[in-house]
Amino acid sequence: MKLLVCLSKVPDTTTKITFAEEGKRFDENGVTFILNPYDEWYALVRALELKEAHGGTVTVIHVGPSANDAVIRKGLAIGADDAVRIDATQSSSLFIAKQISAFVEAEKGYDIIFTGKETINYNRSEVGAMIAEYLDQPFISFANHLEINGSTATLDREIDGGTEVVEVETPFVVSAAKGMAEQRIPNMKGIMMANKKPIKVVPPVPFDEIAVPVFYELPPAKSGVKLIDADNIEELVRLLHEEAKVI
Amino acid sequence: MVLLFAEVQQGNFKKTTLEAATYAAKTAELLGVASVAIVLGEAENAAELGLYGIQKVYQVRHDHLKNFDNQVGAIVLSAAAHQLEASVIVLSHTSNGKALAGRLAARWNAASISGATGLPTLKDGVLHVRKGMFSGKAIAEYALKSEHKVITVMGNALQPLQHGALASVETLSLEVPSPKIKIKEVKRVEGIVPLPEAELVVSAGRGLKGPENWGIVEELASALGATTACSRPVADSHWRPHHEHVGQTGVAIRPNLYIAIGISGAIQHLAGVNNSKTIVVINKDADAPFFKAADYGIVGDLFEIVPKFTAAVKKLKA
Ligand SMILES: Cc1cc2nc3c(=O)[nH]c(=O)nc-3n(C[C@H](O)[C@H](O)[C@H](O)COP(=O)(O)OP(=O)(O)OC[C@H]3O[C@@H](n4cnc5c(N)ncnc54)[C@H](O)[C@@H]3O)c2cc1C
Repeated sequence: MKLLVCLSKVPDTTTKITFAEEGKRFDENGVTFILNPYDEWYALVRALELKEAHGGTVTVIHVGPSANDAVIRKGLAIGADDAVRIDATQSSSLFIAKQISAFVEAEKGYDIIFTGKETINYNRSEVGAMIAEYLDQPFISFANHLEINGSTATLDREIDGGTEVVEVETPFVVSAAKGMAEQRIPNMKGIMMANKKPIKVVPPVPFDEIAVPVFYELPPAKSGVKLIDADNIEELVRLLHEEAKVI
Repeated sequence: MVLLFAEVQQGNFKKTTLEAATYAAKTAELLGVASVAIVLGEAENAAELGLYGIQKVYQVRHDHLKNFDNQVGAIVLSAAAHQLEASVIVLSHTSNGKALAGRLAARWNAASISGATGLPTLKDGVLHVRKGMFSGKAIAEYALKSEHKVITVMGNALQPLQHGALASVETLSLEVPSPKIKIKEVKRVEGIVPLPEAELVVSAGRGLKGPENWGIVEELASALGATTACSRPVADSHWRPHHEHVGQTGVAIRPNLYIAIGISGAIQHLAGVNNSKTIVVINKDADAPFFKAADYGIVGDLFEIVPKFTAAVKKLKA
């Protein structure tokens, strides 16, 4: 089986978000970047498990500049066989999806393309759907379980208020949610090996950006907590009813 | 024209669809164009979208639409958008809505906003839309410069607003290919409002000590008519089901009321809940970081406070 896992680079979850140039740019100063947890913990690990059970290869792909190689190496250290980096700095969902699907069309033969269910920075959860559309393949979003038998896959996917069990033939695109696999910590050997594995660098295909961020800002700060005495819960209920008007 | 994808769940529109309808109607008003909706499959109350400002509803009926598949949905919806000459497609930010929106953006070469948190504005003739970023830690404003635009509307971003009359419903015949995905089974969590739609949420963390203690949390939730949620370690230790896990790596929510019981308020937890309109924190540790993000707080032992809270809510409702 030929498996492709899309990796994204995101600020560490503890990052204090600040913006530079009057909100025009996310301030990367002092920010630690990590592999997007959904890509790492669920998508990549499930792809590796499938390879271990059925044979094949796991390739990781990332759209970004060479400064992002550390994130790709992490994917290789966890166990991917090889990596592709599409050398570009743009970050809109359509741009990224266009690049990845152009690579897949040129390379051919991937049975399953994995993404995480969303990135924890943009929270767009669009790229998987877009890749699927560019490639005219089925897309199973928010899958928390994936089994494969020959060319038929069975997946559980989260829908609003429940779970759907679906069956689909390869090739398809899937976005991985919590539950699809368990996080793997790379070991020393994996980390050593990762430095020897190839990262193929591919130039981007031309594509015009059509949705551009104009500015960023922080949500309005809370005005401060009103503390209520533990012996006076009725006062809290009254405030929720009369002041906040939420109950 | 603004085209609403009016998502149907089990034969009906959910609140998220009505919110998206309101959003579509307001966007159409801003742009000075018509607002119409498309319904795939059967919906009992299709005409009611008119109450939310939708001027006309088109219904596509076909055997292939019995179960929703995003690949089929994208083909049908973009054909409809083409036929009706729509410039903006509005969807709700649901599991299916998100998948469909991504496909549509690619198929239609549209600028897309996933999870808009407020109504659009016009600046120099360009549509601007805001969305949350970094799991609610920030807001970004985007300029949508393309001819076609796709917007999904975050749950609870606005309230459904009734200001119209019933809409006329017309059948639209379009070619509908057969889906490549077979749905084998649908398991629904019955009787509760799913977290992304919930207006009231009662959430508990490790302070509860163990799954056997959740009775007091459930009683409070049921007195309020709220949905229950939990912190990540609670779901990870299987004290509660995974779908209750909120935060940066769980569900991101923005209910009207979020009650956090025995949750410390780690940055990753706050990321998924800090857009809630009102936050109540109950914690025995006065220095718990959650108090900084709270509107109301009670310092004390949750095992004593929560049952009293439930009793006071019942008294109010009586
Ligand atoms: C990459 C990453 C992603 C993460 N994503 C998430 C996420 O999405 N969601 C999430 O929730 N966490 C997430 N976390 C974990 C997060 O950092 C915290 O560890 C977690 O939120 C803590 O859960 P908690 O508040 O239930 O437990 P604790 O931090 O242990 O807090 C328990 C609280 O209960 C209080 N308490 C104890 N007993 C009582 C009592 N009798 N009465 C009143 N109060 C009491 C304590 O004072 C304490 O404040 C993530 C972590 C990482 C590294």
